[in-house]
Amino acid sequence: MRSALLASTLLLAPLAGQAQTDPSDWEAVLQAADGQTVYWHAWGGSTTTNDFISWAGDRVAEDYGVTVEHVKLTDTADAVTRVLSEREAGQDEDGAVDLIWINGANFASMKEQDLLFGPWAEQLPSWEYVDTEGKTVQTDFTVPTEGYEAPWAMAQVVFMYDSADMEPQPSMEAIADWAAANPGRFTYPQPPDFLGTTFLKQALIGLVEDPAVLQQPVSESDYEAVTAPLWAYLEELTPNLWRQGRAYPQTGPRQLQLMNDDEIDLAISFSPNEASTAIANFQLPESVRTFVLEDGTIGNASFLAIPYNSGSKEGAMVLANFLMSPEAQLRAQDPEVLGYGTVLDTDALPEEQARAFETLPLGIATLSPSELGQVLDEPHPSWATALNEDWQERYGTN
Amino acid sequence: MRDVARRAEERADPWRLRPLPLLTLAAMLGPVAAGLWWTLAPATGLDEGRLSAGAFRAVADWPGIAEATRLSLATGLMATLGALGITTLILAGWSGTRAFAALERLLSPLLALPHAAAAFGIAFLIAPSGWIARALSPWLTGWERPPDLLIVQDPWGLALTAGLVAKEVPFLLLMSLAALPQTRAPERQRVAQALGYGRVTGFLKTTFPGLYAQIRLPVYVTLAYSMSTVDVAVILGPNTPPTLSVQIVRWMSDPDIAMRDLAAAAALWQFALVAGAIALWRLAEIATAALGRRWIATGSRGAADPALRAAGYLTGLASAAAVIAGLLGLALWSVAARWSFPEALPEALTARSWMRHGPGALDSFAVTALIAAIATLAALVLTVGSLEAETRHGLRPSRALWLLYLPLLIPQTAFLPGVQIGLLSVGLDTGLGPVIATHIVFVLPYVFLSLAGPWRAFDPRTLTVAATLGAGPDRTLWRIRLPMLIPALLTAAAVGTAVSVGQYLPTLLAGGGRVATLTTEAVALASGGDRRAIGVWSLTQTLVAFLPFALALAVPAVLFRNRRGMAHG
Repeated sequence: MRSALLASTLLLAPLAGQAQTDPSDWEAVLQAADGQTVYWHAWGGSTTTNDFISWAGDRVAEDYGVTVEHVKLTDTADAVTRVLSEREAGQDEDGAVDLIWINGANFASMKEQDLLFGPWAEQLPSWEYVDTEGKTVQTDFTVPTEGYEAPWAMAQVVFMYDSADMEPQPSMEAIADWAAANPGRFTYPQPPDFLGTTFLKQALIGLVEDPAVLQQPVSESDYEAVTAPLWAYLEELTPNLWRQGRAYPQTGPRQLQLMNDDEIDLAISFSPNEASTAIANFQLPESVRTFVLEDGTIGNASFLAIPYNSGSKEGAMVLANFLMSPEAQLRAQDPEVLGYGTVLDTDALPEEQARAFETLPLGIATLSPSELGQVLDEPHPSWATALNEDWQERYGTN
Repeated sequence: MRDVARRAEERADPWRLRPLPLLTLAAMLGPVAAGLWWTLAPATGLDEGRLSAGAFRAVADWPGIAEATRLSLATGLMATLGALGITTLILAGWSGTRAFAALERLLSPLLALPHAAAAFGIAFLIAPSGWIARALSPWLTGWERPPDLLIVQDPWGLALTAGLVAKEVPFLLLMSLAALPQTRAPERQRVAQALGYGRVTGFLKTTFPGLYAQIRLPVYVTLAYSMSTVDVAVILGPNTPPTLSVQIVRWMSDPDIAMRDLAAAAALWQFALVAGAIALWRLAEIATAALGRRWIATGSRGAADPALRAAGYLTGLASAAAVIAGLLGLALWSVAARWSFPEALPEALTARSWMRHGPGALDSFAVTALIAAIATLAALVLTVGSLEAETRHGLRPSRALWLLYLPLLIPQTAFLPGVQIGLLSVGLDTGLGPVIATHIVFVLPYVFLSLAGPWRAFDPRTLTVAATLGAGPDRTLWRIRLPMLIPALLTAAAVGTAVSVGQYLPTLLAGGGRVATLTTEAVALASGGDRRAIGVWSLTQTLVAFLPFALALAVPAVLFRNRRGMAHG
């Protein structure tokens, strides 16, 4: 068996980037995956996510003999850089990265540079229940995924606020007005942190006349004119930010600490359940609740991608398949665990599993799906890049 | 009979140890040189046979470059000046007293405390919602909410400077204590005091010039480190813009690869800045010496002495207290249930954070200890070999000292990115091996520095006696010198372990992210700002670094309990 596997690997070696095992031959994938170690590069700044990843690792080790090592990143771009360095150095096999938690600009960059293995995602058994109709799981920031990445969690922008100090606000303008009346009580993570960039995009969508232009690359529109309302807005808001905008929290979770220390009353989050989980973990005051804007907030999916030079592609597929399974999705949506939105169409699930999703309790600060309101599409990734650069020049280097 | 044969063998091959000093230098300088080359090549296009200025122009065009440069220079120079000033005043005002012994006991374990852990602790201490503010609110300050004050991450880098000073004072103090015996300080002090000079003035005029000559290189190391630190600057430094070294790491991890050329170019700029700052410092030394001579000639006996003495002790105590209180704060966070402002203490205690992070921390504990053990052992073998070669062949000790310090003087951000690219391009996989090799680069100088003093101070008459009794050089080494130097060997090992445990950037880059030590995990968690998790990881990290120091104290006490005369060095 082992020598047969070795022989087939040797035969296929010139086709680096191609599947050692055909993703649609699931039995063969399982067989090859048994005994493999998957280095999953995923952001390691959140305690609850780390715990979930560790649980998923235990489960695939138990069921499929796949060992998962969580490489805790401070920035997803580190993993992208790593794969790129390996290709430059000619290391086309058994690279350091087997699976990446990815989306947006990082995915667009890897896909464009042919750094990804695939297509594979839509051949997985768990794909059956993925909600391709109702959720944006086949485009990633407007870029078609084409089976090069598998969705595993849905996210939507919400604002966390301390109900002891303020009321929900209906729009970006209202937030600026509130900040003017309560200076120093609001801030956002410093771009290019993805949540900080998300704040800029959310503000832009709310302020721009026709959000449809944001679905096209920046090069196809008048950047100056489109973004002018955003910079005018920030000009007005910044002096009223925490520390007058002279310092920013470096990541999303750091906002939790600021809220807990009562330094701020309002913060942006990309996970509708983050506040509830944080309250349960003593990381936020019990009075924190969440709200969304009247015109809707940005939503997107978290994906999993496999680099072209992974030495454990089968193991990575097995892990991705498990993460999309009803068992893992149910656990991820449990507010006691993660509270991430599921990518599955729960109505299509077998009755027992569908009911399990229905009866999941909502966290104390979590809005129900209907309260979450309209989900807005992510702009094209080029907008994030352009906004980040512009922000850096205006506010990041003064 | 066997001894005779062995001695004959040694005579036949007297050059056996000769290559060791060279090997030691190669182990340290090889990676540095290779790293510099691989950093330089992409920035300048040298690897493709062209010389391009594009990357340098892009760095110069970055709007934050002037501010980031100013920050790196200012915080580095201020931190070094502050640490040196406090160290000097403590030594001048208090060496030889009981109060000094107490302060020394308080400060020396802080050397083992990893920089990142110290920085976290200090950040929690001094923030407007931090421990000090909590203790005084609302009864004294009237604050029901923390004030909107920019204390941590201030644009002038004052918090960063303070954090660096607190962490560098123990280093300079221990380096000075090691050098002090060679300056004949007590004799000089006695003469100065007999002539009516005050304690501080007498020290500054008689002992300090000789002492400074001995600790000049450690001072330069402090300067280079303070200017180029990444982990401390991320936690305590400003971000709009950040210091140059932090910006280099940001460019290095940008998804757009073109940014890596910028990182490389900026790394060279960083290198030039450090070299320039050291040159500037050297000029200041010369100027200070000239002024100092004039001051000595005035013959003033030191009216301000009592004030200077008190200032030295208080600042020394404050810097130790800040680090220790910060660590206690983290310890409390690691067992805290809800803890909101302005409560001075948590509502309740819980073991939840330890249950949650303990198992993971234990895994990393093992990896961290393994890396530290191998790197330190290798460094010890190379150091002992080199020193023994020096003894046997009468090599001059001082010539290579500059080279020894080189890895500590070159900013890590200038050559570590290159080490990563270099490892990949020669087809060496990243992992434990390269991490250990890179750690040796940084561990070796410290091990060498802490062992060389006691080794060279070893009474040669003991060796002569052994030789007259018929013991060959090997036998003398194994049976006499090493056993008698056990305390010094253990201290060197403890210092080496602490250095290895604290390495962040080398582990991250040479390990390709696959090697998770307590330090890399703690810094990754820091980005999430969860103080409970940071508390658990920082405490575990501190524990690994402290244990060897405890052993270094306990083992000789047990070994030599009936042989007090053996406790050499």
